[in-house]
Amino acid sequence: MIALTVVSSAIMLQFDWNGVAASEEAGPIDTLLDVMIVLSCFVFSIVMVMFGYAVWRYRAKPGDESDGEPIHGNTKLEIAWTVIPTIIVLFGAGYSWVILDDIEEVAPAAERMQVNVTAQQFAWTFEYPEEGVTSKELHVPVGTQLDLRLTALDVLHSFWVPEWRIKRDLVPQGTGGDEVDDTVVVTPTEEGTYNVVCTEYCGAGHATMRALAVVESREEFDAWIDETKGSAGGGGAAAAG
Amino acid sequence: MPVALRQPGLTRALFGALVGGAFGFGLVVALRAISGLEIFQTEHTGYPHVVVPAITAPLGFLAGIGGFDYWLRWAAGRPTVPDDHSQHGAHSWRDYFKFNTDHKVIGIQYIVTTFFFFFAGGLIAMVMRAELAQPGTQVVDPNVFNGLFSTHAALMIFVFVIPVFAGIANYVLPLMIGAPDMAFPRLNALSFWMLPMAGLLFLASYLVPGGAFDAGWTGYAPLSTGAPLGQSFFNLGVQFAGASSVATALNFLVTIITMRAPGMNFWRMPLLVWANLSTSLLVVAATPFIAGVQFMVLFDRALGTNFFQAAFGGDVLSYQHIFWFYSHPAVYIMMLPGFGIISEVISTHARKPIFGYRLMALALLGIVVLSYTVWAHHMFVSGMFSWLRVPMMITTLLIAVPTGIKIFSWLATLFNSVLHLYSTAMLFSLGFIVTFVIGGISGVMLGMVPLDIHVSDTYFIVAHIHFVLFGGSVFTIFAGIYHWFPKMTGRMYDEKLGRVHFYLTLVGMLGTFIPMHWVGMEGMPRRVADYSAQFGDWNLVISLFAFLLGAAQLVFVYNMIVSWRFGPRATANPWRAKTIEWQVSSPPPIFNFDEIPRVVGGPYEFGVPGARHAIMGDEEGAEVKTATPAVASATGGGGHPPSRGEP
Repeated sequence: MIALTVVSSAIMLQFDWNGVAASEEAGPIDTLLDVMIVLSCFVFSIVMVMFGYAVWRYRAKPGDESDGEPIHGNTKLEIAWTVIPTIIVLFGAGYSWVILDDIEEVAPAAERMQVNVTAQQFAWTFEYPEEGVTSKELHVPVGTQLDLRLTALDVLHSFWVPEWRIKRDLVPQGTGGDEVDDTVVVTPTEEGTYNVVCTEYCGAGHATMRALAVVESREEFDAWIDETKGSAGGGGAAAAG
Repeated sequence: MPVALRQPGLTRALFGALVGGAFGFGLVVALRAISGLEIFQTEHTGYPHVVVPAITAPLGFLAGIGGFDYWLRWAAGRPTVPDDHSQHGAHSWRDYFKFNTDHKVIGIQYIVTTFFFFFAGGLIAMVMRAELAQPGTQVVDPNVFNGLFSTHAALMIFVFVIPVFAGIANYVLPLMIGAPDMAFPRLNALSFWMLPMAGLLFLASYLVPGGAFDAGWTGYAPLSTGAPLGQSFFNLGVQFAGASSVATALNFLVTIITMRAPGMNFWRMPLLVWANLSTSLLVVAATPFIAGVQFMVLFDRALGTNFFQAAFGGDVLSYQHIFWFYSHPAVYIMMLPGFGIISEVISTHARKPIFGYRLMALALLGIVVLSYTVWAHHMFVSGMFSWLRVPMMITTLLIAVPTGIKIFSWLATLFNSVLHLYSTAMLFSLGFIVTFVIGGISGVMLGMVPLDIHVSDTYFIVAHIHFVLFGGSVFTIFAGIYHWFPKMTGRMYDEKLGRVHFYLTLVGMLGTFIPMHWVGMEGMPRRVADYSAQFGDWNLVISLFAFLLGAAQLVFVYNMIVSWRFGPRATANPWRAKTIEWQVSSPPPIFNFDEIPRVVGGPYEFGVPGARHAIMGDEEGAEVKTATPAVASATGGGGHPPSRGEP
């Protein structure tokens, strides 16, 4: 059982299940996944060893019409498999809670950049309020915490960059004063070009509702801001349209 | 008036549907004309001249088939026609198309109807996998695809998995507790006939302008409130399926609580009965929520209310709260009866008492209570108030405990058993244990908020739900169908074909749904008609295994149809089981029992010398032993002294 746990965990841990990790939040989430994989391999090994042994050892020979041994239960064993899983899942819950607090920790204002994300069928718009820039692509400086403010104009959408591991629905809000948690933070750590994927089903164009997320150095980012500004109000207007 | 139109039956039902539809249509036209409105409102959520007939035509059908005859006569003060039971039993296939109050006929009607929708939903899945075999658009365009995945899920959930369990229990449960029928036979028949109404409404949505409903089976607002006409058919279909569920659940509750044979106290009930008791408690309290929320969507669409339309002050997220307050318990509505089936099958085919019977029953009740407290785990990334996430994560993970108890108890039951591995019912039960454990583990992962943030709304979810609904529920359904096939039809099925069906299904199932975990974690969202090229290889593999899975079900159909017609006659108790339904002939007599049996012990006393579960009415002189504590807790067998005059 233990051996099977070790072997299966060792194999399962070889893979980057979640793909490339490119944000500060990805680390703790992937660690949690690894811990869960080991625990799952342990539980699965117990079940499979008991299962395999029982099926192999107690299979009936053809024509055997006898009955099994009339065992009705075992209180100690039953208490054990109630209490031990309870401890395991409570550990899992506590650990997840710690990780959740960790990945949602908001950085001081100076190290944060606000981006207003607006989704509509079937396009993304990114607004940089501090710079007064609007774009169809999400450009961000590496290592800066993004403070994403999420709005939808028509139906539900969801913001996800798989490499960042962070996801949150964008909810259309009207005058009713909904209490929607529309802020999410994420800190990209690897330069590169990624996809913003819509993951909340939103209609006919859902599958292709994508935008580029470009993570670049501070200099490149500043240059991009200037360039976008430079292309005048025209660029912004085109994007907004 | 021709006789066929006066007698309750299919002819009058079709006529009733026509009259009902015409009445609804006329009502709308007349009222709109009087009000000076445009007669036909065809803005895309409108169409009152279609929506109202979609309500009145099924009601006309139900009146025509005879669903209200007795009650209407009674309510009108006219002499009621006393039931002469000439309707009981089925003598030819035509009898299954009548309004019949015999629980055994209704059970078969349920099972056959739901399997029809299972194959309709399965065919839709095949078309989807054909489209998804390669990136890009080949078979159907995205609009059609969105209708396909929505109808696939709606058919499978509302008119297959939930009601097929009601069908199996309808047949087996009254026999199992020694009752002559269900508590309310007329209500039972009406419950059944509401079901095809639901399924046909779902399918009819393909015919209306704008195509089938395509907001997903979850029908999230505000996508659903603004969707084309087909969505209204979903809203209405859910009402019929829901009303059918609630009525059946009430029927089960009253039957189980008041109609058990003398001597069958709660701790002597077979676990299938416990499971249906638990399920019915969930259905009666949770189902009204989905009925309500679908009405709210319909009102938003048709009457101009603003429950969920943000632009007019509606609250978008409350749709999800109300929806999941039903739909999470619904997950257990689709699983608990399966747990009951597995307990029956494993104990019988492993020749062992169920290990820890009392804890197994209590675990079911534990799941019932906990399942009302976990709904928001479907909403961890929805933008709801963030404080609700951690409490719901804890309750979600805790629900793994009673579920784990069941798995461990089944495993323990296998030890020191005599395990009949060649029985198809047993194979599906064993397969269920493996696939359900995998689905349970991925469920625990999904319960953890940080992991859920990453994999929510990806193919990981698709993999998880199919591991628990296909590897879970559908495997238990197959186990149950094979197990009780001899009892229901009086014939034996072909075990060899059964095993072929099982192994093909298992391989197809694992090959289809395991890789879905991988593509989901790597970044493939769900509910997409197209995906980025990097996932192409795995999707081709998934599609090929899915076709194998689909083809495997043809073996099942062939086996069932041919065996039902030509299979060798079944004896009363081919599995040598202990519960009461096996102590009567196969198929059972029209009124089940000449004399109500007396229950004298637990349901699974395999290997206990001389122990009995029940003494049938015709066994005169059999000694009645009282107070043989059937169950649990103590180690070893609670030995029963051998009693005189028993085999």
